Parts: sequence; C-alpha cells; structure tokens
Amino acid sequence: MEAVTKLAKPVAGSQSRFLKTETIVKWSLILTGAAFLVVMMILPLILIGVEALGKGWNAYLAALNEPFARKALWLTAEATVLSVVSNTIFGLAAAWLLTKFDFRGKTLLGSIIDLPFAVSPVVAGLFFIMLFGRLSPFYDTLQAYHIAVVFAVPGIVLATIFVTLPFIARSIIPVMEGQGRDEEEAAALMGASGWRIFWQITLPNIKWGLMYGIILCTARAMGEFGAVSVVSGHIRGKTNTLPLHIEILYNEYNFTAAFAVSSILVGLAVLVLILRNFVEWRMERKDDHEV
Amino acid sequence: MGRTGQVIPGGHLTMGIVFFYLSLLVLLPLSAFVLYASDMSGQDFIRQVTDYRMVHGYLLSFGCALAAAIINAVFGLLLAWVLVRYDFPGKRLMDGLIDLPFALPTAVAGIALTTLYVETGWLGRFFYQLGIPTAFSAVGITIALVFVGIPFVARSVQPVLKDLDGSLEEAAALLGAGKFLTFRKVILPELITPLVSGFALAFSRGIGEYGSVVFIAGNVPFETEIAPLLIMTKLEQFDYQAAAAVAIVMLAMSLLVLLVLNGYQRYRLQRQGA
Amino acid sequence: MMKKWWKAASLALGLVAAAGLFAGCGDESAAGGEDGKAASEFLNVSYDPTRELYAEFNQVFTGEWKKASGQDIEFRQSNGGSGKQARSVIEGLEADVVTLALAYDVDEIAQAGLIEKDWLKKFPDNSAPYTSTIVFLVRKGNPKNIHDWDDLARDDVKIVTPNPKTSGGARWNYLAAWEYAREKFNGDEGQVKAFVKKLFQNVVALDSGARGATTSFVQRGQGDVLIAWENEALITLKDSPDYEIVAPSISILAEPSVAIVDKVVDKKGTRKVAEAYINYLYSPEGQEIAAKNFYRPRNKAVFEKYKQQFPELKLFTIDDKFGGWTKAQKEHFADGGTFDQIYKK
Repeated sequence: MEAVTKLAKPVAGSQSRFLKTETIVKWSLILTGAAFLVVMMILPLILIGVEALGKGWNAYLAALNEPFARKALWLTAEATVLSVVSNTIFGLAAAWLLTKFDFRGKTLLGSIIDLPFAVSPVVAGLFFIMLFGRLSPFYDTLQAYHIAVVFAVPGIVLATIFVTLPFIARSIIPVMEGQGRDEEEAAALMGASGWRIFWQITLPNIKWGLMYGIILCTARAMGEFGAVSVVSGHIRGKTNTLPLHIEILYNEYNFTAAFAVSSILVGLAVLVLILRNFVEWRMERKDDHEV
Repeated sequence: MGRTGQVIPGGHLTMGIVFFYLSLLVLLPLSAFVLYASDMSGQDFIRQVTDYRMVHGYLLSFGCALAAAIINAVFGLLLAWVLVRYDFPGKRLMDGLIDLPFALPTAVAGIALTTLYVETGWLGRFFYQLGIPTAFSAVGITIALVFVGIPFVARSVQPVLKDLDGSLEEAAALLGAGKFLTFRKVILPELITPLVSGFALAFSRGIGEYGSVVFIAGNVPFETEIAPLLIMTKLEQFDYQAAAAVAIVMLAMSLLVLLVLNGYQRYRLQRQGA
Repeated sequence: MMKKWWKAASLALGLVAAAGLFAGCGDESAAGGEDGKAASEFLNVSYDPTRELYAEFNQVFTGEWKKASGQDIEFRQSNGGSGKQARSVIEGLEADVVTLALAYDVDEIAQAGLIEKDWLKKFPDNSAPYTSTIVFLVRKGNPKNIHDWDDLARDDVKIVTPNPKTSGGARWNYLAAWEYAREKFNGDEGQVKAFVKKLFQNVVALDSGARGATTSFVQRGQGDVLIAWENEALITLKDSPDYEIVAPSISILAEPSVAIVDKVVDKKGTRKVAEAYINYLYSPEGQEIAAKNFYRPRNKAVFEKYKQQFPELKLFTIDDKFGGWTKAQKEHFADGGTFDQIYKK
C-alpha cells in the first residue's frame, strides 16, 4: 500500500498550485465513496448487529453454540476450501492460456469462463440436479455405485465451485494482460522452463490480482445461497450450510439467532480481510528488502 | 500451439486443464440442462419464452441490472481510485468492506435491505417522504442489485490502477496537463478494460440474481416480477421444461452481453498493440 | 528471497488441494455407506410451517420407536416451500415420508412414480392427520375494522399475503376468497373475478412464502391485514400481544397431506418405521402434539380439549367446492389460470 502512495506523491507534490483544489477533490471523492458505503453496506451491517444482539449476549452465544450451527459452519468451511483450491488452479491455468497465447475462439473461451456469473444461482443448482439427480440418465449408474451427489455434500461442493469459478481467473487476467508477454518471452528464449518462468516472473507480477481473486472467491463461497439451496435438500444437521441454516432460523421466527449466525459470516469475512492485509504487508517488506 | 510461433511454454498443459475443468463443471451440466429443454417443440418454446409476462420480466430484470451496473461502475471506479491513490484514516476498513456483499448470503442481504428500505425502515422513512417508494418497486430491486454488484467493478479496477506506471502521469503533469486532463487522457484509457469487465460481471450477475431481490421486489405480476422469479413459478408448477426454456433465454442474453463486452476488450487490446 | 516465499506458499496450496481431494472422496464413500447401513436414518420432508411441530414430534417418536423396536434411528427433518420440497423428492432427495401442504404436491410425486397412486386412501381422513384453516391477522384493536372477506376488498385496506404461484399456503388463501365471492354473488363468474381482482389490488407485497409474508406483516409493519394459516397466526399471537385474529364468516379446511414414499422405503427397508411414524401422528399422543402446535387435531377428544384456542367458523373442503386439487390447480394457478387473468391488464 505504501509503495503505491509513494508513486502517487510526486505527482501531487510537483504541482503545488493545484494543491488546494486537489485536497478538495481528494476529500470530496473520499466522502462520496464513504457515503455510498455507509448507505449500501454499513447500515445493513449495523442492522444485523443490532438484531443479533437484540436479546443480549447470552442469546447470541447460545445461537452460535447450537450443534446444528456448528455442523453448518464445518460444511461451509469444507465447501469453501475445496472451491478456492480448485478454482485457484483453474484460474492460473486459464489466465496463462488467455494472456500468453493467441488462438481462435479466445473470446468465446473467455465468455465461457464468465458464464457462471451469467447463470442465475438457482438455475446453476438445477444444472446439477439435471445432471446427477433422479431425472438424469446417469442416476441409475450413480445409485449402483452408491454415489450420492445431489442432496449430499458433493453436490454442495460442486455448486459452490460452479458459482465461484470465474472469480480468480477474472482477477488475474487483467493484471496479466497489463503485464504483457515481453518478460516471459525473453526468459523462454533464454531457455528457462515453463515452471520457472511462472514462479519467478509471472507469479510475483500477478500476486495482487491473485490475492484479490482468492479473497473474493472465499467470501463468495462462504455466502453462497441460491445454488446450494437447490442441491442441498435442507436436511438439518446434515446438508445445511451456514447460509441455509440462517434461512431456517429466520423461517422459525428466530430472528436473533438468524442474525447472530449471519454475524459469524461477517466475522469470517473480516478475518479473511485481516489476513489479506497481513500478507500484503509482509510482501511489501520483502519487496523493499530486495530493492 | 507451438506452430503459431509462440515461445512461451505451457500452452498445452493450461489448455488441457482449462478445457477439462470447464467441460466438467460448466459445459456438461449446461448441456444436460439444454438437452432437457430441447424435448419441447420449437413452437412451444417460442410460445413459452415470448409470453407477455415473460417479456415484462426480462425487461424489468435487464433494466434494473443495467441501472445497478451503471451506478456500480461510477462508484466502483471512485472507490478504487480513492483506495489506491489516497491515504486517509479508515482506508483499510473501507477496503475491507467492499468484499462484504460476497460474504453475506444473498438472503441475509435481502432481508437486511428490505428491513432498511420499507416505509418504516431507517432509510425508507426518508425516501418515502421524498415520494420514492424504495421497497416493493423497481427502485428496491435496483438497490438490491447495486448491493450485490459493488465488488465487481471496484475489484476489477483496483489491481490495474495499483500496477499503473506512475511515470506517464508524472510526464503529463510536468508537461503542464491539468489533473482532469491527465485522468481522462492518460489514466482512463488504461482503466477501460477492467472497467468494462467489471461492468459486464455486475450486469450479468444482476440479471440472474434471485436470493437478495425476492424479498424487496414485492413480486407483483406485471409490476415487480423479476425473470428469475418466473423461473421459480414455472418450477412450482412442476413444469421443468418451461423453466428451462426461460432460463436458457436469460442465459443466452447474458452470454451475449459478456461476448460483446469481451470482444470489445479484445478489439481494444489489439488496437493498443498495433 | 521472493522465490522461497512462493515455493512455501505453493507447497502449502498443494497440500491443501490434496487434502481437499481426499476429503471429497471421503464424502462420497461416506454417503454410500449411509445408504448401505439402511435404517439408521429417517427423513421427513415437510413444508415450512411444520418445523416446530416435527421437531417436537421427532423427539417423542425417537423414544417411542426405541421402546417398540430397540432400534436407534435418527429422525431428521427437511423444511422448505411445499412445492420446492416435492420437487426435491422427485429429483432424488431420499425422503421416507413426506408431509406437505397440499395433496397436489404429493400427487406430483406420485406422478413421478415414487408414491403409489392411491396414497390418499392409505391413511384415515384423506391422509391428513391434522388440519388447519385460513384466518386474518390484524393489528391490536382491529383499527381498520376488518371482519370478513368483504372488508379486504375495501379501498382503504392493505393486504399482505404470499404469492399463490410460489406458496402452497397462499393457494388456500386464494381459494377461500374465491369461494366466499362465489357464495356472495351466487356463482356469477364475472363478479367473482372482479371481487378477487379488487382484493388482490390491495396486496402490498406477494412474498414468496408464508413465513416471509408473516415477517413482512409483523416485523416490518407492512399492511393492515395478513391472510394467514391459522396455526401461523396463533404462533404469532403467542409471541406478541400486538395482534388479534379475525375469523371470516367462511373459510377453507386445509388438509396438509402425509404419505410414505414407497420407492424410498422399499429401497432403504424402512417401511415399518414409516408406517409407525405416520400412525403415531394419528394416535392421541401425536394428535396432542399437533394441537399444541396449533394444528386442528382430527381426534375428537383431543380437539375438545384444545377447542378454546381455535376460532369457530364455517369450513368447506376443496373436494366439495373445487373438485379436488388437480382441478383447482389447473383452473386457478396454472399459467393462464384465474390468478393470471386477474393481473392481466
């Protein structure tokens, strides 16, 4: 973060007569952004907090300690980790392919990667129901091998991977594109292996993008509701993820507990963000040392 | 891949991974779905998807998604700019908040937003006095879509802005170009690609969004009935094929949006390269 | 320096990936294993408002079944919109029994071949061990002076009701209003439609489910009257004294259906448990649990005991007035049915 502001400062300093208008511009931009976030995001969060603590701390803690809530938390964690890992591998491969090579159908491929964003989550869930559910031609085969995909954990994982599929690829591609191919081409001509080029040249260049992608993917995977809701079957204590558990509590008119569990998701998101800030800080220090 | 004269290795490997993954997770489920819908005759399909009610639903979803994506493009760019270029207290907090719409389950977001924007809500109270019905209207739908779309533009622009070479700006500033001119002529062109990509994502996400919208939409036929809700009503009648038909039309339209925008980006890149 | 850092990171990533894959495989074999172990788990797929009822019932029945057979079975429940739940069963959710809002939804599962076609006759009282009806919930003191369906069509009344297209409960609401109008206008179809149209023009929001509508009315203060399941209205009243129930002159007898999913119990070998489970719903103990959760029990003695909690009103059945669910569904709620017609411009 500091490295960036260092870049920006000379620009600001070199034109001192603009300083005053610049300060005004700066603060009005910051305040507009802040106001937008307050209305769109902070107020909903405050509302969740107020509702979660509406019946005091004890009710709050009781809601979190309930076995069904804990079970749901684990299932959510499992689905999140699996989808982040597989989408990271995919995202790196896809970004490499799309930015380092020219081939026909590239635009189409890029659009197919974006496709999960274009699919309504509910419909995404139906995709897997049609493919693995009782109405599917493969259903009997799956049954014969006792493999349950939909209305079981694998279906939930698949649906989560699907809805979060484009995040990492999409975060890296613009950065890799901005970086160009010159460095990699030079390294390749000098005889460096593909892996070495990737680890030593590409990866350090795209680390920011990759980091953002992983954060987004993690956050979205934790919160996914629509698609998972279709494939889960809502069996309490078995196939309920945290978001589904929240819906159940809400439908039980147990608003305090519903918002309390929502606040765990908010808390987890905050945790991920703190982690990111820490990693950023570490990497900047290392970069500075190397320079 | 080698035959095109590429020197960078890894083409076959990444091609393999990408195709395998996309086939398994996207194309196979998609074709299972399309196959299911294709059982119905062409006439039935056309009749289902061109019903006046459906058309109203598409238009509403598209209109609100477009409005929300535009709002997000403006504020996303602004937020990315503020976060990359300025230092101020609370910056980290602001940076962190941007991702929250992803982490919050859409249903929770929908419930929280509806509670805020109904006539008696903290914010609704204010808007209703101005004569703007924020809940159970197209305005409400747009609000929900703005919420779910915030991160797309901001997060697409941010890394590119961060990696932008400061020397160009410095040169422009030294040559006497004003701040605004520098922004328009030097910075903005660099940001078009991520801006368009973020816009496209926010837009297509908005078209299909269900969970957060359904609470605030009001769901009144011909007024606030969004396209994804129509899919649900078809399913509720156990009419899978009609549901699939509507879903496919929506999908085709969002895909078209993505294709056009991706094509535009490619065109820009090529022009830049030339 | 940089290189080492990335090597470490990638190694960690690889390990997590491998662990993830193992975990993934583990899940699948575990899921298979559960199928093999047959009767250790039992699933009741139900609709939204029965959560509390079956949470209590399952707990009692777990003990009963243990006493009767010595088996430890985990009784699980799944709740959601009635239609959505029926669809999940058709799509492969392995329910031993279904307890849904409408006979129509069970019929759809029977259509798909999972339940025998004559399920309605397999248990007493149309396979509906408890019933409910549709009433109005208004704010304390009844400020808008609402007493019957007529009042809902007044210009100054705002209504909250779920969407009949997506909520089973809302279909009962719609049909009750329809039948009231039919009696009032001596069956004149045009006038009936105009009345129902007028009524639905007063609707503020059509929530997608019954519980969502209750929340809009209670938590968010929307509208003057909520058209609700009687049991939902009674639950609301129990938690909050700010409301009262108004019983219209006439309403519909809602008969939520129960059925054994034959294909699933035969595969899992759980038919005996399933039968015992449903029969227990008809037993005095089961009826008592239903009554405590504000459903009207079929058992006369139990009903007498809880009589004071249920408002008195004239009830008609869907079979008598609408010729059964399949017909009502087609006429009123399918695409182009009367519900669509009243919204046509």
